[in-house]
This record gives sequence, C-alpha cells and structure tokens, in this order.
Amino acid sequence: MSTVQTSMPAQAVAAGEPSFWSRLSGNRNWAAFWFMLPTAAFLILFLAYPLGLGVWMSFTDERIGRAGAFIGIENYQWLWDDSIFWLSVFNTLFYTLIASAIKFAIGLYLALLLNRHMPFKAIIRSIVLIPFIVPTVLSAIAFWWIYDSQFSIISWSLIKLGVIHSNINFLGDSDWARASVIFANVWRGVPFVAITLLAGLQTVSPSLYEAATLDGATSWQRFRFITYPLLTPIIAVVMTFSVLFTFTDFQLIWALTRGGPVNATHLMATLSYQRGIISGRLGEGAAIATAMIPFLVAAIAISWFGMQRRKWQQGSNND
Amino acid sequence: MTDSTLQSKAATAKAGDDTEGMSYLESLPRRLVTLYLPLFIILVVLLFPFYWMVLTSIKPDEQLIDMEKFNPFWVIHPTFKHISKLLFETQYPRWLWNTMYVAVGATFLSIVASVLSAYAITRLRFKGADAVGVLIFFAYLVPPSILFIPLASVIQAYGLFDSPLSLILVYPTLLIPFSTWLLMGYFKTIPYELEECALIDGASRWQILVKIIVPLAVPGLISAFIFSFTLCWNEFIYALTFLQSTPNKTVPVAIVNEFVDGDIYKWGSLMAGALVGSLPLVILYAFFVEHYVSAMTGAVKE
Repeated sequence: MSTVQTSMPAQAVAAGEPSFWSRLSGNRNWAAFWFMLPTAAFLILFLAYPLGLGVWMSFTDERIGRAGAFIGIENYQWLWDDSIFWLSVFNTLFYTLIASAIKFAIGLYLALLLNRHMPFKAIIRSIVLIPFIVPTVLSAIAFWWIYDSQFSIISWSLIKLGVIHSNINFLGDSDWARASVIFANVWRGVPFVAITLLAGLQTVSPSLYEAATLDGATSWQRFRFITYPLLTPIIAVVMTFSVLFTFTDFQLIWALTRGGPVNATHLMATLSYQRGIISGRLGEGAAIATAMIPFLVAAIAISWFGMQRRKWQQGSNND
Repeated sequence: MTDSTLQSKAATAKAGDDTEGMSYLESLPRRLVTLYLPLFIILVVLLFPFYWMVLTSIKPDEQLIDMEKFNPFWVIHPTFKHISKLLFETQYPRWLWNTMYVAVGATFLSIVASVLSAYAITRLRFKGADAVGVLIFFAYLVPPSILFIPLASVIQAYGLFDSPLSLILVYPTLLIPFSTWLLMGYFKTIPYELEECALIDGASRWQILVKIIVPLAVPGLISAFIFSFTLCWNEFIYALTFLQSTPNKTVPVAIVNEFVDGDIYKWGSLMAGALVGSLPLVILYAFFVEHYVSAMTGAVKE
C-alpha cells in the first residue's frame, strides 16, 4: 500500500563522460515521457478534452449537424424551469439512494454468509459473481421479459398462489416501474459489493473473534465492534464506486423503460441522451450531463475522505 | 474460562486445517437457518433470470404464451428454432464479430498503454509520478454518461462516426485507468534487485520491461485483460451513440434496437440473443475466476 520513496537505486548513472544523447536517453524523466505518451494521448484526446468540450457545449445551442453559438446560461435557465428535468433529478437521487442502501445491506449480509465455512465455498462464490459478468443490457432484457405485462412469471406465480388476482403492470405503472428498475439494479450490483467486501472480511483475523467470544461478546457485538470498524475503509471505497455507477446509470433504464412511463424512471443520463442525441439538441443534453458533475464531485470527495480515514486508522491503532 | 479454552483447543486439534476455530460452536439446524437457507434464497434470486433466459430461448412459441396448459417453469419439447433463426436468419454473427473485434482491439491497446504507464509511475519515479497516478485514478471516476455527447461530436470531427474503430479508440479511456492501477499494484511487488542486476548487466529500460517485468506480471496482465474484455463487451452508451447502421452494431445495442418489434413471439429470439451474447463472457469467466476476482478486489483495495 504505502510507497516508500527511499528506494531509487537503479539510477546511479553513468560514470565517465556521457554524450548529450546518452545523458538524455538515460534521463528518467525523458524515458518516462515516452512511457506515459500512449496513456496520456488516450486520456487527453478522449477524456479530458471531451470533458471540457461538454462544459463548453452546455453554453451553446449546438444541434446535430449545426455548429452552435454561445448563448450563456440559457440552457440552464431553460432546465431550471423544466419540470421534467427536476423530475429526472429527483428520480436519479431516489434511485441512487434506495438502490445503494439495499445493495449495501444485502451485499454485506451476503459477504458475511460467504465468509462462513461451508462445503463448495469456492464454487458458490464464483456463481455469486455471474450477474456482474453478464452484460447489463442482456440481463436487463431478461428482466424485461420477467416484467412483461401479460406473460410475467412473477404475476403468474402470485396469481397461482392466490396473492393477487390480475397481472401486475410492472413497467407500465410509475411506482411499479421505479421499484422494478431498482430491483434489477440491486440484482446486478449486489455481487460486486458482496465479493469486494468479502475480500475485506478475509483479512480480518479469526483470532479476534475467538478472543471476543471468550470475553462473552454476542454475535451482534462481534459484528459491531470487530467486523464493522475493520471493514469501514473498504466499505467507503466500494460504496463510493457503487453510488457513482448507480448515479450515472444509463443502460439498465434504457433497456427496460427508456425513461417511461410518463418519465417516472427518467434518470439524468437517459434524459440527457433523449434530449441530446434523439432530439438532436446537443447543447441542452450537454447541460444536463454537466449538471451531474457536482454530484459526482461530492461522491469523489466522500471517497477521498474515506481513504484519509483509512490512513489515519493504520497510523494510530490504539483504541 | 479455562475449560472453554481447553475445549476449543481440543476442537481445533480434532478438526482439520481448513476449519475455523469456532465452528464447533454451531449446531447443524442453526447453520441451516442462519446460513444455508438465506444463501439458497439469494442464489436462487441471483440465478433465476439466467434460468429464465435459457428456458425461454429453447421453448416452442405455443408454450411461451400459453401459461395455463403448460407449466411455465419447465419446457416439454425443447427446440433450437430460436437459436438457429438467430444465427442463420439475422445479422447476429456479424454483431458478435463486431463486439469481439472491438473488445479485443480496445483491450489490447489499453493493456499496452497501461503496462507502459504503470511501469513509468511505479519504477521510473519521474517528477510528478504520484500526481500522475492520482490523475489517472480520477480518470477512472469520470463516467461515460457525461462524456457521450461531446465525444459524439469529437468522433464526428475525426470522421469516425458509425465505425467500430471509434469504439476501439474510445474504450481505452474506460480501461486504461483501471488497468494502470491494477498493474501498478503488481509491479510494486516485483523486487528492485532484479532490475538492478539487469541494469548492471547493461540492459536498457525497455529490455528490463519486456524481459523481466512483463513476464513476472503475467497474472496481473491476465486479470487486466479479463476485466477489460468484460467491460468492453458490456459497454452500451458509447456504442449506442456512435454506431448507426445495423451491420456495424455491437451485440448489446443490436439486441435492444433490432429485435424490438410488435411481434408477440419476439421473446424466444430475444432471449436466445441475450443468452448467446452472454455465453462467451461466462465461459471466459469460468476459466479465469480467480484472476477476475483478484482484479476486482485488487483495484478496490488499492
């Protein structure tokens, strides 16, 4: 984890009288420049530049096939008065909060289960990760079929069990649609949370639990005072990633509902796609995408402080 | 107190090496309720969509829509009609090929770039190496959803619109940050002494990288490869935005756009398409589970 700066032995360079060229080719910074070049080229051309361009585009009225003129904050003023935009902001926050909370709860629970001793442990662990491997869109299509308004297997089973009397319109009713996409998102996200937290759990020494048990700790106390504190740093990182990817989710929604019914599941990303690419108003789409940045920065800041806390924990371990 | 320690010692001594010290405290019924039952329920929920996918793709049409006469949880006369229709009557093989081509191309480019940059950051220790490392980490946090609109106009300007090449060039922005961090972790574990010896023997930086570092970091390279490949296969929003014509599409985009007609019998071929599109990844995963898990957890821990 920690990088020790002292070890730089390899550069005890060139005794004697080196030529300019050999000095240059022996120079670490010059060599590093060439080594970094491909990465820098990709990240600047296709990441940093578009990021800046996106912010610029949000101040123009660019459309597909027509260059835009600078119009100041008109796009944002327009969005400010747009109830659909605010609905999408609400949906995004709602979706992110609920889905992340459930993912965390079930993921942690699953990780604790998988950390116990049982037969076929390795196989079960690899099976758990399968939903994360399969491309999201393809599993979303399977959910689309499971949520079908006429032939849904869930409706069929519930009717047979006598719980309900008519088919549930999973993706046609606003509340059901929200619940359905959240369920699909949780389904896909739980394996990631569980397996990464499991990796954290495995570093906790079992002797701590034994000692606590001898001292008479209950299983809740063991979790609360051993597992949880030792796991906090990895929880911070995992949940930041989870929140980040849920907040910017696009593909699941697009494959399942395309933002419908009546915009009830429109997230900021899907709204941005609809306004920017489908309706062709690139400027407005870019403004919606840019409006996501403050939220992302907040998430990254939380991640940053999570890691700081981790360093602090490793530094002074005396409580 | 002493009794219980003694007991526990006896129990650990009796049990094999792979059992944990306290497992004797649990009775079987208790384990059934607290461990196996919840685990079983979670596994069923996690796997059910795949079962449903497989089942639907081999069900004859009349069993698909008649849920009264046939039990929907099983299939009576399985048929490969949907799969053969998919492979021989649609452009599906072409889409699979596109996806494969894009994934392999982008992964290859990213791994080469990542090996170089990870080596430079961990071993050359140039001025500002740590800052560059942090910047690359931040690049990992920039999601495609806020970049696709400006990128579409960049791609348009370079004349790459509707070409799989555009994806090969854009995907590395998703893969390089991740692979670089993963490989940095691997490179740090390789002892400096090996490099010093090589330097004394007159090897250049390039030779050290190719002949010493890369062969020693093969497990890391495999992890980075698997993870990147999966990510490419999974990517949707860029592919949806940049690719317009049907034959150029990748599997996820084509499934969403090309199969969705009003036909009530679409489900068979739709599920077959989803199944065939997932299989390559599942097979790859089955062979490299350990690498995949270490990639995922390694990147988070780092």
